[in-house]
Amino acid sequence: MKQRFSAFTLLRNGLSWHENWQRQWRSPDPKPAYDVVIVGGGGHGLATAYYLAKEHGITNVAVLEKGWLGGGNTGRNTTIVRSNYLWDESAALYEHSLKLWEGLSADLNYNVMLSQRGVMNLAHNLGDVREAQRRVHANRLNGVDAEWLDTAGVKEFCPIINTSPDVRYPVLGATLQRRGGTARHDAVAWGYARGADARGVDIIQNCEVTGFDIEGGAIVGVQTTRGAIRTSKVGVVAAGHNSVLAAKAGIRLPLQSHPLQALVSEPIKPVHDCVVMSNTVHVYVSQSDKGELVMGAGIDGYNSYAQRGSFHIIEHQMAACLELFPIFSRLRMLRTWGGIVDVCPDASPLLTKTPVAGLFINGGWGTGGFKATPGSGHVFAHTIARDEPHPLAAPFSLDRFTTGALIDEHGAAAVAH
Amino acid sequence: MTKPMGSHRTANGGRIDRSRPLSFMFDGVTYGGFAGDTLASALLANGVHLVGRSFKYHRPRGVLTAGADEPNALVQLERGARTEPNLRATQVELYQGLVATSVNAWPSLTHDLGAVNQLLSRFFVAGFYYKTFMRPKVLWDRVYEPFLRRMAGLGRAPELPDPDIYDKMHVHCDVLVVGAGPAGLAAALAAGRTGARVILMDEQAEAGGSLLSSAESLDGKPAPDWVADALAELASLPAVRVLQRTSVFGYYDQNFLCAVERRTDHLGPGARPGLSRQRLWHVRAARVVLATGAHERPLVFADNDRPGVMQASAVATYVRRFGVRLGSRAVIFTTNDSAYDAVDALLAAGIGIAAVVDSRPDPGPRAEAARAAGVVVHAGCVVAATHGTRRITGVEVRGCEGGVLAPAGLRLSCDLLAISGGWSPAVHLFSQSQGRVRWDEAKLCFVPGEAAQAQTSAGACNGTFGLGAVLAEGLAAGASAAHLAGFGDGAVPATPAVAEVAAAPGDALWLVPGLKPLGRAGKHFVDFQNDVTAFDIRLAAREGFESVEHVKRYTTNGMATDQGKTSNVNGLAILADTLGRAIPEVGTTTFRAPYTPVTFGVMAGRDLGEMLDPVRTTPIHAWHVARGALFEDVGQWKRPWYFPLAGEDMHAAVRREAKAVRDGLGVLDASTLGKIEIRGRDAGVFLDRIYTNLFSKLGIGRCRYGLMCKEDGMVFDDGVTARLGPDHYYMTTTTGGAARVLDWLEDYLQTEWPDLEVYCTSVTEQWSTIAVSGPRARDLLADLAPGMAVDPESFPFLSMREGMVAGLAARVFRISFTGELSYEINVPSHLGLAMWQAVMAAGARHGITPYGTETMHLLRAEKGFIIIGQETDGTVTPLDLGMDWIVSKQKDFVGKRSLTRSDTARADRKRLVGLLPEDEGEVLPEGAQLVEMAGGTPPVPMLGHVTSSYWSPNLGRSFALALIKGGPERLGQIVFAPLAGGRTVKARIVEPVFLDREGSRQNG
Ligand SMILES: Cc1cc2nc3c(=O)[nH]c(=O)nc-3n(C[C@H](O)[C@H](O)[C@H](O)COP(=O)(O)OP(=O)(O)OC[C@H]3O[C@@H](n4cnc5c(N)ncnc54)[C@H](O)[C@@H]3O)c2cc1C
Repeated sequence: MKQRFSAFTLLRNGLSWHENWQRQWRSPDPKPAYDVVIVGGGGHGLATAYYLAKEHGITNVAVLEKGWLGGGNTGRNTTIVRSNYLWDESAALYEHSLKLWEGLSADLNYNVMLSQRGVMNLAHNLGDVREAQRRVHANRLNGVDAEWLDTAGVKEFCPIINTSPDVRYPVLGATLQRRGGTARHDAVAWGYARGADARGVDIIQNCEVTGFDIEGGAIVGVQTTRGAIRTSKVGVVAAGHNSVLAAKAGIRLPLQSHPLQALVSEPIKPVHDCVVMSNTVHVYVSQSDKGELVMGAGIDGYNSYAQRGSFHIIEHQMAACLELFPIFSRLRMLRTWGGIVDVCPDASPLLTKTPVAGLFINGGWGTGGFKATPGSGHVFAHTIARDEPHPLAAPFSLDRFTTGALIDEHGAAAVAH
Repeated sequence: MTKPMGSHRTANGGRIDRSRPLSFMFDGVTYGGFAGDTLASALLANGVHLVGRSFKYHRPRGVLTAGADEPNALVQLERGARTEPNLRATQVELYQGLVATSVNAWPSLTHDLGAVNQLLSRFFVAGFYYKTFMRPKVLWDRVYEPFLRRMAGLGRAPELPDPDIYDKMHVHCDVLVVGAGPAGLAAALAAGRTGARVILMDEQAEAGGSLLSSAESLDGKPAPDWVADALAELASLPAVRVLQRTSVFGYYDQNFLCAVERRTDHLGPGARPGLSRQRLWHVRAARVVLATGAHERPLVFADNDRPGVMQASAVATYVRRFGVRLGSRAVIFTTNDSAYDAVDALLAAGIGIAAVVDSRPDPGPRAEAARAAGVVVHAGCVVAATHGTRRITGVEVRGCEGGVLAPAGLRLSCDLLAISGGWSPAVHLFSQSQGRVRWDEAKLCFVPGEAAQAQTSAGACNGTFGLGAVLAEGLAAGASAAHLAGFGDGAVPATPAVAEVAAAPGDALWLVPGLKPLGRAGKHFVDFQNDVTAFDIRLAAREGFESVEHVKRYTTNGMATDQGKTSNVNGLAILADTLGRAIPEVGTTTFRAPYTPVTFGVMAGRDLGEMLDPVRTTPIHAWHVARGALFEDVGQWKRPWYFPLAGEDMHAAVRREAKAVRDGLGVLDASTLGKIEIRGRDAGVFLDRIYTNLFSKLGIGRCRYGLMCKEDGMVFDDGVTARLGPDHYYMTTTTGGAARVLDWLEDYLQTEWPDLEVYCTSVTEQWSTIAVSGPRARDLLADLAPGMAVDPESFPFLSMREGMVAGLAARVFRISFTGELSYEINVPSHLGLAMWQAVMAAGARHGITPYGTETMHLLRAEKGFIIIGQETDGTVTPLDLGMDWIVSKQKDFVGKRSLTRSDTARADRKRLVGLLPEDEGEVLPEGAQLVEMAGGTPPVPMLGHVTSSYWSPNLGRSFALALIKGGPERLGQIVFAPLAGGRTVKARIVEPVFLDREGSRQNG
């Protein structure tokens, strides 16, 4: 039995000098065979394993991670969580996810520090306003909480924003999702890992998948740097490396991998109590519980697998940040980093079966999949377990690129994260 | 309150200017210091050792270092708009009137309420917050998280915008030398003498690095004199540039490095109005020499964080360079030789030394020399505990063998504890350059492995420590860098003569045992600022966090504002020991930019306010401003939105403007439209492939409206293209889409169809476009262009003419976006205003009315003309817009194949229709979603949405355009728009053309 976490156990362990805390997950060697192999120990992969075990009773599962778990985009993102997407299909999926988020700490018995401080998406021109209001209307009818704030409302919700009409792109208003916010990214990976491990899932780090064994059009195993593993079901959840992996199974995915950078400031006392995103001025900023301002903007233009980007991208986003928040000018940037995001042409994810029987892919989350972690794992587990798409996953299948049933989330929602 | 100036100074010496006293204030008390002090040295010279509180436990903290690696001494500098949080006092140069306050303490440093956390510290171990505060969720939302947030954070953000300015420089050089210590100066000299363009950047106020606090001599000169000579020589070399106060913080690909120069900070706030406060340097160097030195590692022992505990090298620096009497009785605790420099410095300054505690059983020649000078050296011993609260008062010394403490030892009282756990080369920039570091077991540190770029490391950052060797390495690196960049023959100048110092190897002592098991008595701090202890690292490992990255994230070791300069290696070594692995097996964290934190403002530079993004205005802009126009941002353009007369709101203005166009004459500045010249043999073929309709057969002098799609068949841009000659077209695009379209054209030409001979040139800025529209437009043109035949037969709709208009050579296009008789008069930009004025003058008798984009939008909507980005959103095909007539069945074009995909060809796609609200006065909000039935609980199935919506003075009612599922099949049906607040608007679906269906107005 896994030790429970609570104020009480913390107290008890404190009194015994913390010597009796168990490992949060084991570090097993790979077994020769599993019922399901998940490739990629990011949040989505770990969540998939967790829900396979919890909801579908499939516990003979391995999560294979080439580095350390959560070390991909899960541990590199700016942790914005929201569900106010434009199209019905996306709103349903992200709202499903947000609902899971709201019970996640309790479900995992791990505090993922969901902080629903509200997410504002600013509008700076008449086109922005039109699109933003359209999204608010659609969100409401889809049961997603959404409000439109005028400039005064923006100022009231976030008093430090510069709402002067005399700036280059004045703030004309914003959409607000009060249930949106941030969460602690590492805790999400660790919480799912601990939960999956407790249910019997083997989490195997430093184990890179190098190929797939396919017989008669069906998956029979994977090759790894720690040997071959037999299995009849593989879920590939490798973010920026999805297309590379899929290619090894002979599948060409409509994905492009780009670096996406982020940065934090030195910690300061609380000044910014919500998440502000602007697509036109192009930056988004929140403040973490530790006091660091967390910010990011758009992808680096070129394709890359190196987890770093160009400095000029940061210079631009900093100008945008100071345009919105002039009082931040004398603060200092403490850390920068980058992740590799896999972007679909329609800026929507892939949750899909493939032409290879038993091979499933979960990816294309691009710049915005952290918020989807619980929902994605939940519906992907269903898809793998039943060998048929979960109803919420069905629209995100690969064949939408053949039929044309795209779910274009950049044209209209036009918000990257 | 005022304290006497520098009561803790040495009698003389140091690099402070004792003839220039300065006063400053710390936590409300006024003190004195000297020019040349840092805030830290000045505080220490006033006997102030308690300078801050730690992040989590609020432990009292003193100055640990003398540089960029300082974890403890963080201050809030100045007040008001120029206040700045979290500055390291060790790097703040003193100036007259400086005001600083400590961070993270309330109500005061000495009486800090947050210190109650120390009582609970037993429970606040690494990651405790992941294990609790989970239920009920409302308590987390309302109580715990707000409390955690309030406790966290260090200093405060300013409450006002920054009054200072910042700028940027871009330079190229042959050799960039980073760091002006002995290795860097030597490298710069060797490279500079070859005539190469050399830049030497150093983060401190003065060049010299460790030489500034060294007692050694070079070529018989005291070290600081040698530095002065070296600087003089560098100054005499015209191609050499030396930049002090300049921190190189990032090393990017292709030898691109970024640095921040602090230009005015040392002068005090607002001292140089108009001068940029900081400058961001972008350097592209043929070769880079890194000479960034090394950071001394603290030792990890119980309660190693008391004020008065200081790096041994910092002790030497404060005594020698700043003339500070750090205490009256010092203990030195070391594992290696370098701390004996501090012993020498203390001896020379006459500061009492209680003892040297050297962990090595056989500490070697430096210890012998100290003993010879009368210093007690306890070999094979460690400091097992410390005493004191706001200042160290004593230490417990114990013998230690094989990690086991001797049962008894002695207690020494002291007010200063100098510690040295060895050195960590500053490999940060090397690592950022993608070089891999390697563990050197003999030197007990990570050293640079093979260079990944055109770069060499020299001196301490390369793991080379003796002065002679450092100088030799610097000279060799400089000479070879210049040579590789094409200067000099690579010959290495002679190394200055320095005295040999006998040395003994250091000891690997990563965790000093305490008097009780780890964590039970006292705290062994690894990361001082984040309050991470050796116990936390052990706990993390116990809980399965084995990767360095996991431990770092779980414990927050190395994540503080000093970026782990003093904690990374200690943390790694303790983890390795816990896991029973060798250090290199556990790995190292990779370093990322920035090396030290960088001010936001300097990264933004001048790109603020109006300069955030270029403002594009038309040649007629000033006229619009004078006329009182309100403007709309469209991309980077400022477009007149409407022209209100006195007392008019937008509604009234638009009503007047729109009536004027339909009934008489209006004029619009359309200069912002994208314009692209398309020339070349294959121009027609090219346009046929890009547009959904045919252009190769267009007659010369004729115009055609075209749509372009992306590969997925979705409409991408539109506009009118005219044929000016056999191989010459003139394309117009949307205002916001011009750059996108040009990129798109070039993309196809360069990557897909390189065989086509076509040249595209943006001429948006070259032409000014004035659209005159309304029943009187022909009369106006006739007046303005007497030489031009303007009758419908001579100048039909969709044709263009060149000729004199108002005495100016112009191109006139007869096209219409309003559905009225319209002409677009194009003249070279510099004539735009003149033409506008001529049009206004001639139009006066026709009652000409300037109108803006709002009226334009209304007028085109009355005709059902689309706007890209409004009726389209990247998911709309030409067929969805009911524009089948423009989609060629014969030829191929980009996006055509996608139109037949099963989903794209569905009959029930969302398609363009018109809407008439039941209530003729009710203007539907744009973006409103449409449903079949009012009411219902979410998710409510949606049919589509309102894309454009207006009240029309010409129709005398409201109307809208909408995209609705299977729209054209639903004509006559009623749909509902549920709005915020529960109100629902009813509307009837109609054809999307509300006026002049036959087009007789525009065509006539
Ligand atoms: C800078 C940045 C900011 C972001 N901000 C946000 C945000 O604010 N909000 C939001 O919702 N989203 C955000 N995102 C996106 C979000 O991080 C991702 O969509 C999400 O984390 C993806 O999770 P994942 O588990 O699929 O991927 P990852 O966490 O990247 O996991 C994939 C894992 O697969 C492993 N792997 C790859 N190849 C192999 C192999 N061959 N064998 C074994 N393992 C392999 C990788 O090592 C990695 O650990 C951001 C992303 C970045 C980079």
